[in-house]
Amino acid sequence: MKVVIVAGTPGAGKTSVMTHTIKQLQKKGKKTAVIKIDCLYTDDDVRYGKLGVPTLIGLSKDMCPDHFAIYNIEEMVEWAKEQNTDTLIIETAGLCHRCAPYTKNSLGVCVIDATSGPNTPRKVGPFLTSADVVAITKGDIISQAEREVFRERVLEMNPNCTIYDVNGLSGQGCAEIAEEITEAKDITDLENELLRHNAPLSVCTLCVGETRIAKKYHRGVLRRIDGFTKYVGE
Amino acid sequence: MEITEIKIIGGVDKCGNPENVKELIVKKGEIFGVVGPTGSGKSNLISDIEQLSQGDTVSGRKIMINNEVPSSDMRRDPRKRRIAQLSQNMNFLADMTVEEFLIMHAKSRGINSEGLVDKVIELANNLTGEPIKKDYNLTILSGGQSRSLMVADVAVISDSPIVLIDEIENAGIKKHEALELLAGYGKIVMVITHDPVLALMTNRRVVMKNGAMTEIIETSDEEKEVSKRLNDLDGWMLSMREKVRHGEKLSIGDIQNTCKTC
Repeated sequence: MKVVIVAGTPGAGKTSVMTHTIKQLQKKGKKTAVIKIDCLYTDDDVRYGKLGVPTLIGLSKDMCPDHFAIYNIEEMVEWAKEQNTDTLIIETAGLCHRCAPYTKNSLGVCVIDATSGPNTPRKVGPFLTSADVVAITKGDIISQAEREVFRERVLEMNPNCTIYDVNGLSGQGCAEIAEEITEAKDITDLENELLRHNAPLSVCTLCVGETRIAKKYHRGVLRRIDGFTKYVGE
Repeated sequence: MEITEIKIIGGVDKCGNPENVKELIVKKGEIFGVVGPTGSGKSNLISDIEQLSQGDTVSGRKIMINNEVPSSDMRRDPRKRRIAQLSQNMNFLADMTVEEFLIMHAKSRGINSEGLVDKVIELANNLTGEPIKKDYNLTILSGGQSRSLMVADVAVISDSPIVLIDEIENAGIKKHEALELLAGYGKIVMVITHDPVLALMTNRRVVMKNGAMTEIIETSDEEKEVSKRLNDLDGWMLSMREKVRHGEKLSIGDIQNTCKTC
């Protein structure tokens, strides 16, 4: 089973890019399944469903969607196997820009929007820096020069990635991404699969529902604005 | 690698019928036009060339460089693709100054930026009536300034043997000068245009219809003469625009004295 994990900034065009990519995979005779992980709402299952591929959605509610995806990865792969597919695409909403959803043997695809400006690659975390493939969308809206500057910034943050300029409307560039997916390795031993990068730190009382904001109520791993991090609690 | 020619091998139109033009070769030093109504597939043709398509796009066209299939390296890495493109869209979103941007762009192309910034800005300012300064923020540039800056950038920084231009006419810059600047040094230039001045400046032009290349027209001597006169008219129009822009009033005399063609 090939597992492709797709992450990226909101509105970058992850679903559009993946719909065109799936069409290309279908041309190659691949059997693909899709799982969309979001927080509160999504109708992307309808969009994916139109392609005739098995589709599942997972809503993480008040939990980080990437953490949610990681806890559920075994079930998701199991489900994809039951659908008789060879490629599972997991698209995750990843909202904190610090997320690190890729595992060692999955293909990590980061979708990022060129119109967000060349400083964006510096502002996002491991979902860009540890990706195998970076799909840059909406490049047709800006000049070639600005696209090249954006590309340079992406390479500064992740020198080992392969970059594709992708158009989510026309599907330009998606054939190349489909090619990367067919060349990706299989995940054979899910039990020993590892994350590429640790997930963001979030072990505190706010995580379990504390709403009071005064310092004295906070427990867990607390980081102060001066950079000092300490653990408060038993 | 020196690029001496590109060959476009025809694909299919929007309905899947084979294109009328089976093969189109553009050689080094030629300025080639692409004409046709909106939605006829002009931008797709340019985009096929930009991607060096190998039958894998909607049109099914194949692009050969020097009569060979380009290497996958050249197809995948824009640094090796060596195609400069001026698209219709030229919105700057980068929050930086003109100088910072040009230095970064030179870096992304792997060239030494020393002295380049002033050179690009000087060339750009020859094409537009509104001078650009290097400490200007990119986001405040007008349409004409952005276009001029990009034309100069393509001439100096993204100096590539193949230059693709998509409707340069819409921004009030000096078109003839811009095209001459871009076509300099024996490049292959392809221009999409609805503008008769630009269309007639090319040696040949391909007519697009329903997603396909239907005909190739050679520019006649008579058309070249028409082009010259239209260009005078265009220059005159631009000078009128500058007057209005600078708060001057126009008179009948402006038309009678200034326009040689009228």
